[in-house]
Amino acid sequence: MKYLHLVTANLRRHKLRTALTILSVALALFLFASLRSVVTTLHTNSQFGGARRLVATNATGIVFILPVSYANKIKGLRGVRSVSWANWFGGKYGENARDFFPKFAIDPESYLGMYPEIKLPENQKEAFLRERTAALVGKGIADKFGWKVDQNITIQGTIFPGDWTFTIRGIYEPSDPAIGDNVLFFHHDYFDERLGHAGIAGWFIVEIDNADSAAAVAKEIDDQFRNSSAATKTGTEKEFQAGFATMLGNVSLLMGTIGTAVVFAILLITANAMMMSASERTGEVAVMKTIGFSNRTLFTLVLVEAGVIALVGAVIGLGIAKGFYPLIKFQGFGFLPGFTVTPMTMLLGLLLALGLMLASGLVPALRAARLPIVQALRRVE
Amino acid sequence: MLRPYQIQSCTGIAMALVEIRDVYKSFQRDTQRIDVFTGLTLDIEAGSFTALMGPSGSGKSTLLNLIAGLDKPTRGIVRVGSAVVSAMTPGQLAAWRASNIGFVFQSFNLLPVLTAYQNVELPLLLTRLSGKERQERVRIALDVVGLSDRADHYPRQLSGGQEQRTAIARAIVADPTLMLLDEPTGQLDAKSSQEVLTLLQRLNNEFKKAIIIVTHDTHAAERAKTILHLEKGDLIEKPRMSAAVGAVGAAGAAGAAGAAR
Repeated sequence: MKYLHLVTANLRRHKLRTALTILSVALALFLFASLRSVVTTLHTNSQFGGARRLVATNATGIVFILPVSYANKIKGLRGVRSVSWANWFGGKYGENARDFFPKFAIDPESYLGMYPEIKLPENQKEAFLRERTAALVGKGIADKFGWKVDQNITIQGTIFPGDWTFTIRGIYEPSDPAIGDNVLFFHHDYFDERLGHAGIAGWFIVEIDNADSAAAVAKEIDDQFRNSSAATKTGTEKEFQAGFATMLGNVSLLMGTIGTAVVFAILLITANAMMMSASERTGEVAVMKTIGFSNRTLFTLVLVEAGVIALVGAVIGLGIAKGFYPLIKFQGFGFLPGFTVTPMTMLLGLLLALGLMLASGLVPALRAARLPIVQALRRVE
Repeated sequence: MLRPYQIQSCTGIAMALVEIRDVYKSFQRDTQRIDVFTGLTLDIEAGSFTALMGPSGSGKSTLLNLIAGLDKPTRGIVRVGSAVVSAMTPGQLAAWRASNIGFVFQSFNLLPVLTAYQNVELPLLLTRLSGKERQERVRIALDVVGLSDRADHYPRQLSGGQEQRTAIARAIVADPTLMLLDEPTGQLDAKSSQEVLTLLQRLNNEFKKAIIIVTHDTHAAERAKTILHLEKGDLIEKPRMSAAVGAVGAAGAAGAAGAAR
């Protein structure tokens, strides 16, 4: 502790440089925490899914539709308890891309029955089920836009054009963050009616009696429609979510690659600044050695100095990441419900800072420790 | 218990504070080998005030570095007190220097980010003294050099003379037995030089510090009790016997004369 003022005095030597170096570390670790959280959130969400829920999509791809009439055929299969269906509905509310949130046309009764994770007061649920143009919205977007129950809102259709006006009859809170509190659900009947009774569904959700028979039931569903115009591909809900994650996978890989390069570049610049700062003080190190400072003490002092910069930068960068995203209720524009900076990400960030301390502090610390006094003094004298 | 690098006099007669015995020192500069000392032998007594003079490249600073253990002789023995400096490891040397040697440089070499107080305190950080004890020692050292009122000033806020006096306070704060000064007045004006030299004489006379000063300045050397001239690594002894000089200096000079080749 008695050496602490030596460390702080050296950090105050070039206040601007120290501040910029700390900010570089903070930025690098903020980026690290953010990018890793995208990946971990995608992974966590891909793990979501009830053990007894299957999802059937068009075998050609998730963006292709299926006839809604498949529901009755699936319901008739052995081991199937109930069936529901949903459609992705694009649409805009507000002018900014930031205002985007997912919107689904669902078969309300069966869907809510199958997803107990969607929690809302019973009276609101009943009101939502009763009314064809009713909407059920997550608390997150209700808070964001200041929506209240019984309020009318209008969505401008994109995939399905026109103005779509809904009355909010319920505000739900998810018991599982992967559901997201930023979704708008509305009646598939209303959707179908507006499309001239096209009878389309994006996907089916199939609740089965026994989780152990998931593979058998999935095969039976796919066999049923194998030779039809729209064959299905059925799997567990986890597989379905993983499919979504895979769609975003390339983006994730791209972000990961560019992000890692950026973080690495910032860390190199930081390490360079820290090494320069230490090498400027060669003469002072020689003087301290002459006074009687041991190699070990000087090694520790230089390393601690690098450590303080790395640690302060890490606390700022990781702290902002941890506090900032919940504050703005960040959900990746609807694609990353439950976006969280996990404790593991924080821990890895701290380890990264420790690595930075060693990478940037070790070389100057060793140099300081091994500095031949006479040659160094000759340079300053 | 004696450490491995310590020896005792086998004669029972008080040993010199500094003993240089048959020391060789060579440097390699590119392909050329430069022999600075070829068998130098020298004694410097406790309480002496010795000036080392000589042309550039004569080995003055090298001798100072060898005594301080900043450099190793190619061959031979350097002993200060009971410590065989030439046989000590870097770790042992660091600890030994902290408590036995006060070193003063030509260009002061105060740490610019520390105040005068903190600069003077540096050697004490290496001791087991408490914060309060360190504070007391620093206060005394600054008082001795007449800079008590400049304790909170940074080096850039001090004049050259004040900087050098701060460096001297740093050199004496751990109460070393030997002070080594390399051209301490080399960067000072005449008035500041006189102040620093008067301070050194006081440290020698009142506080009985043994002082070895390397200088080109004959006026500075005149303040010493003994003047040793180095030329191409050889000692030419010129004793100073002025009224200001005490008997201790004469004894040191006699020892040095006997030992000089």
